[in-house]
Amino acid sequence: MREGARPNARFACVFAALIAALGAITVLNINIGSVPIPVGEIARILFARGGDPTQANIIWQIRMPRMAMGAVLGGALSLSGFLLQTFFANPIAGPFELGISSGAKMVVALTMICALERFRTVSSWTMVAAAFLGSLIAVGFILALARKIRHMAVLLVAGIMIGYICSAITDFLVTFAEDSDIVNLHGWSMGSFSGASWDGVAVAAAIVLAASVAVFLMSKPISAYQLGESYARSLGVNIRAFRVALIVLSSVLSACVTAFAGPISFVGIAVPHLVRRGLNTSKPVVVIPAAFLGGAVFCMGCDLIARTAFAPTELSISTVTSVFGAPVVIGMMLRRRREM
Amino acid sequence: MAKGDAVCARELAVGYDGRALIHGIGFEVRRGEIVALIGPNGSGKSTLLKTLARQLAAVAGTVWICGGELRALSGRALATRMAVLLTDRPRPELMTCRDVVAMGRYPYTGRMGTLAREDEEKVEAALQAVHAADLAGRDFNAISDGQRQRVMLARAICQEPEVIVLDEPTSFLDIRHKLELLGILRRMAREQGIAVVMSLHEIDLAQKVADRVMCVKGEMPGRFGPPAEVFDEAAVRELYGIDRGFYDARFGSVELPRPEGEPQVFVLSSCGTGIPVYRALQKAGVPFAAGVLYANDVDYQLARLLASEVIVAEPFEPVGGALIRRALDCMRTCGRAIDAGVKLGSCNAALRALVEEAGRMPAFEL
Repeated sequence: MREGARPNARFACVFAALIAALGAITVLNINIGSVPIPVGEIARILFARGGDPTQANIIWQIRMPRMAMGAVLGGALSLSGFLLQTFFANPIAGPFELGISSGAKMVVALTMICALERFRTVSSWTMVAAAFLGSLIAVGFILALARKIRHMAVLLVAGIMIGYICSAITDFLVTFAEDSDIVNLHGWSMGSFSGASWDGVAVAAAIVLAASVAVFLMSKPISAYQLGESYARSLGVNIRAFRVALIVLSSVLSACVTAFAGPISFVGIAVPHLVRRGLNTSKPVVVIPAAFLGGAVFCMGCDLIARTAFAPTELSISTVTSVFGAPVVIGMMLRRRREM
Repeated sequence: MAKGDAVCARELAVGYDGRALIHGIGFEVRRGEIVALIGPNGSGKSTLLKTLARQLAAVAGTVWICGGELRALSGRALATRMAVLLTDRPRPELMTCRDVVAMGRYPYTGRMGTLAREDEEKVEAALQAVHAADLAGRDFNAISDGQRQRVMLARAICQEPEVIVLDEPTSFLDIRHKLELLGILRRMAREQGIAVVMSLHEIDLAQKVADRVMCVKGEMPGRFGPPAEVFDEAAVRELYGIDRGFYDARFGSVELPRPEGEPQVFVLSSCGTGIPVYRALQKAGVPFAAGVLYANDVDYQLARLLASEVIVAEPFEPVGGALIRRALDCMRTCGRAIDAGVKLGSCNAALRALVEEAGRMPAFEL
């Protein structure tokens, strides 16, 4: 490995690249769609509040909230993955892969079916709470298994199994639900940012930003934890409280994603990995903000592809994130194997 | 005032899940002192060290670290008093050695863990102290075990502790790195008054590096005191349950068991010429006799352990006729002799008779 001369310059480059990518993807996301809107027009609509009312409506009511949702949830997924990787001291841990997203999905589906029968609507907060509960149930299983199984690969297989079980239960629930609910539920359970509203974005952003700030403030103990639990304890980290905080925050973040967009695969592993490689460090102080930005860019990009690649048919977001994320994860595993 | 010592334990019981493995432990470690725990595998050395480092709750009893009760110290207070080097081998991703060492500043940095200039200087100084300055920018996973151990020690140094607890710091290290590591610890103890408590596998090294040694085996703590008092052949044999093989308390060296049976060959030697011959015979499983050796000859120290019979003479006295006759008898009973080289002087001139007798015997083929 090269002598890490001037790592700060490298950090600055990575952040600059991420911000540039965020800008470019934002413009593309507003620009491209079933109704193409030229960049000049976009500027006029966004900054001068002018332009064609239909186009303005498309931008303000459809594309902008969807994009904002993608950004917020993408960042959340990436951070959630980062926290789980810290917790399990393994880079191949993510909310989707450990079955946590599926656990959230199951409880959300149950809540939606029950609530829609009685109240016709479900508030965003209820959805998030249900997803959080589901996440905690799945995490609880994983942690119980982790006490018995020290081997990470086995734990991952267990996580995938939990994911399948939860999905099976969800499918079962969907099969016996009222017709009107199914359409809604089916699209959601495949994972999608479509139908995002400003109200939803506001709730998601409030939760995700609060949790992300909390994660950032935990940078210092996270860095110590990278040397392992015993060393972190010897440096003065309150391990019990720290582990609880890691699990709660990662569950809140992934629950928020599942509640608003359904389960999304691979982002939680691939993005933190790419960001660490890019920065060539795992210092949490820089990795956390970069992972958030990276997750946002990645999900916005994938969503752009999901809705435009085979327009007017939309792909599920997981289809696209898998196409890009899975090779990264495979490459990462091969690389680790070589390094071991 | 015992409680003012760097480490002080009273009526301490250590173990897992509330069950004591060892109880009734009481000892203190003074500032600048190195205490080594020795004992066989699984005797509870690690358990005791983990308890001292608060990685494990004490089953009973009390420990004071620099006057503060271990149970009551905050995480930060303990971290500024004590640094540890454990048997865990962390493999952090994408961390340079400097990053790892800088982690030692954890108790001193602010909310976000940003290093001040002073902290950075201390990191560099710690790297220098373990001769690892050239490793600073290297990936921690890409260096050797010995280097990693030194970097982890630099991290402990950088934590500016008053006590360092090390669990088997020398395992996986080659001899050069073992000596280097222990040399660094010795210097830290001497120059900075840091108290060092560590477990060691190598009793010979324990004898050489430690001010005091504690034997750990069984439910109650064993002997505790300066190596010269604690180490004798019987104590070491008992501690490790050695029934075959030997331990030389004077040099802290270990030997494989002596070949059993009537001596088949007589070895003549002096001033160390016999040592390679003894070892060769031991490996070949040939019982042998040795002599005539002065009790202060280096050959005698090994012959004592490996030979079936040793004919020994009082130092600085002329070798008398009686001893020579005994040696000749012994040599003839063996029927063979090896002359490894005897330096004849004014006191042992009588040995010439043995050398000549050996020359007349059939050669011994190893």
